[in-house]
Amino acid sequence: MLIRLEQRPEVSKIMVYVSPLIAVVLTILTAMIMFGALGVDPFKAIQTFFFEPLSTLDGVAELFVKATPLVLIGVGLSLGFQANVWNIGAEGQLVIGALTGGGLALAFYNQSSVFLIPAMCVCGTIGGMAWAAIPAWLKTRFNCNEILTSLMLSYVGLLVLSYLVHGPWKDPEGMNFPESRLFHDSALMPILIDETRLNVGWLVALLVVLLGWILISRHIIGFQIKVIGMAPLAGAFAGFKEKRLIWITLLISGGCAGLAGVIELSGAIGQIVPSISPGYGFTAIIVAFLGRLHPVGVLFAGLLMALTYLGGDSAQITMNLPNAVTGVFQGMLLFFLLASDVLIKYRVRVGSPSIEAEARE
Amino acid sequence: MSDTPRLELIGINKSYPGVVANNNVSLKVMPGEIHALLGENGAGKSTLVKFIYGVQRSDSGRMLWEGEEVRLANPNAARKLGICMVFQHFSLFDAMTVEENISLGISPELTKGDLSSRIRDVSAQYGLPLDPDRYVHTLSVGERQRIEVVRCLLQDPTLLIMDEPTSVLTPQEVEDLFKTLRRLSDEGVSILYISHKLQEIKMLCHTATIMRMGEVVAECTPANETARSMAELMMGENLINPERTDRKIDGVTRLEVKNLTAVSTHQHGTDLHNLHMEVRAGEILGIAGIAGNGQRELMEMLTGEVLAPEADAISIDGKSVGLLDPVQRRSVGLGLVPEERLGYGAVPDMSLWENGVLSAATRMNLLNNGFIQVAASTEFAEDVVEEFRVKTPGVNHAAKSLSGGNLQKFIVGREIVQKPGVIIVLQPTWGVDAGSAAAIRQSLIDMAVDGAAVLAVSQDLEELFEISDRIAVICAGRISEARAAASITVEEIGLLMAGVEPGGEIAHAD
Repeated sequence: MLIRLEQRPEVSKIMVYVSPLIAVVLTILTAMIMFGALGVDPFKAIQTFFFEPLSTLDGVAELFVKATPLVLIGVGLSLGFQANVWNIGAEGQLVIGALTGGGLALAFYNQSSVFLIPAMCVCGTIGGMAWAAIPAWLKTRFNCNEILTSLMLSYVGLLVLSYLVHGPWKDPEGMNFPESRLFHDSALMPILIDETRLNVGWLVALLVVLLGWILISRHIIGFQIKVIGMAPLAGAFAGFKEKRLIWITLLISGGCAGLAGVIELSGAIGQIVPSISPGYGFTAIIVAFLGRLHPVGVLFAGLLMALTYLGGDSAQITMNLPNAVTGVFQGMLLFFLLASDVLIKYRVRVGSPSIEAEARE
Repeated sequence: MSDTPRLELIGINKSYPGVVANNNVSLKVMPGEIHALLGENGAGKSTLVKFIYGVQRSDSGRMLWEGEEVRLANPNAARKLGICMVFQHFSLFDAMTVEENISLGISPELTKGDLSSRIRDVSAQYGLPLDPDRYVHTLSVGERQRIEVVRCLLQDPTLLIMDEPTSVLTPQEVEDLFKTLRRLSDEGVSILYISHKLQEIKMLCHTATIMRMGEVVAECTPANETARSMAELMMGENLINPERTDRKIDGVTRLEVKNLTAVSTHQHGTDLHNLHMEVRAGEILGIAGIAGNGQRELMEMLTGEVLAPEADAISIDGKSVGLLDPVQRRSVGLGLVPEERLGYGAVPDMSLWENGVLSAATRMNLLNNGFIQVAASTEFAEDVVEEFRVKTPGVNHAAKSLSGGNLQKFIVGREIVQKPGVIIVLQPTWGVDAGSAAAIRQSLIDMAVDGAAVLAVSQDLEELFEISDRIAVICAGRISEARAAASITVEEIGLLMAGVEPGGEIAHAD
């Protein structure tokens, strides 16, 4: 008996949506085995991981707070990924965006203005774009691989942050802690639900999802992104300019990451600290793929990944499991997703190849 | 030499969906013989060779090796028998040395011991100078080919297959290669030499098998033939002479190419040398030629994917367009049908209506402030489907779900419905079923009758005679003077295609 993969004549539309679900189920099953091996009751662990965080209003609010940067960045990255532009340095763009936006908040730390928040958002977006413009320029000018340049620039961005909070931007009255001043109230995102951290940032994320959706499904830029990604030669035939799309997709994804940085800073943290993001920029890569590179898919994937952060926290607190559990969950999810994606273009067949399949070869 | 053929093929058949690639092909290669396999592109040479080398199975037919029947499951089995092949496109790693590349491609037992000195031995013995320690990226194309040849020779082959080996070589390199091949032949190695270059075959080969449309049409001794007679056999003598000679073409010039010289942007590409041509309203100009003689470069220049050196090298309706991009040229009035359907003329995974937007967005006003007008786009695609009788359940289906003929009708139709003043069509009916082909040809003639200028580039001479008013030939990046289809013969075209001027002299050795 032979088990083979056979190419489907047309991409399976059902599998496009089923494959993430298969991945989630496989992740949960494997996690249960893992918990069992650690000597923990698997069912209780899953309950703690996935359900306990959502049992309170505050927990639910935190879910949206954590999902905000993931969704924002995920939407931006998914556009680039569709055009085969692999920006994996969103973490650095997030940090630089947070610094340009947060710098503005520090400059006006003792002044109140309704324009401060919008101005911070604009500055943060521009900061993220500028950081992403470096790989874009290197790619279009020198054909430098954007995977390497964007990733390496992430670490540069983190060091810039570290320098600023340990040096020039350190709070003068902060007992020498490596933290900036606390932001003025008018530099903080308006809270949506009292007693929680849920803020306007979530609405911004939803707006970006909507804009991303319109762009990719109806606008000629989105059309060009898809064509270049699926058939570069057809893009050239149609007269689409690949370099221009590299710029556009990197600037959009960098801008989204920068905006996410500002929102995280002014919505959830309130000052500049040495660690702004627990790796949102990297996790968003998983979010983009889990969401099928579609803005609406990214929305749900972002919520799911946010849950793994919360679940990791609660597993740590109530069950004394290591924090690494979060990373393991996220890694497994991406792994199983990529594996299940084979089913979109191929189907599993048992037996010897059919004549038709051979003719296609 | 013994009387047992080293290789004998009996009644090989192979078909792909919609195409018969090999029909009852038989072939004999004797020990020490240099045997030419001659035919146009698409004649079935590659399919046959893939079968001999174990890459592909045949539908039926037998293969005898030294008189005994064999079945080759894969190229390894072929190599075990002593069959080696030098491909047209090399498989070498630029960042590795010659020796490393050779050791990757041969069986592990051969890599043991001092491979480097054996490489030196073989290359000295056969006059193939090669330094095992050089990095491949520092080598010329001719030297790279030597790596492939040496790799074969290290395995002591008894049958060497060479697929269009001279297409990338300079005349001097060709001469050196021939010396090596003659020497191998003297030592008893059989060589199967695939080419469409008649002069080379005449110089090198002992016997030739000529294929056309998947069948063996003749066997001959090249030394006793002329390039002219072999060209006739290769093209087929049964071509219908065109009858459409009366239609008067006196319209204005709509497409003009002047002094177009350009260096190819592709590796192993063909540079274009001082091209001139003009296509008038109501006229179809056919360009014949064997693939790889500059058609691709010419197409890229005309579409605007690669810009011309000067604006007035190309003009449409008197407007210089040489420096305009494809979108701008389309709005001036250019329609384009590329050679490749999937992945070039159409995005395989996109729906038909989206593929309509691909080339018709500007001319058909399918955009509004950058937003795609879905209703208008769908309507446009439906018009194309209806007018050109494209068989599809609906325009929401992916382009790749269509058969070759139907997709080609859609792609041609997509351009024609846009009513361009000038339309350029590459291989209009390549791999298309007879019914669709006839419909496509008719639609091109109708376009010309309506006053458009049509430029058709094709390897199918029959097709060119059927539709063209004038025919020119592209060879080695040069275009011959266009002549009225009624006054040029198949023979003359065949010779021009093979680089031989009608007088009999060789125009370009390469």
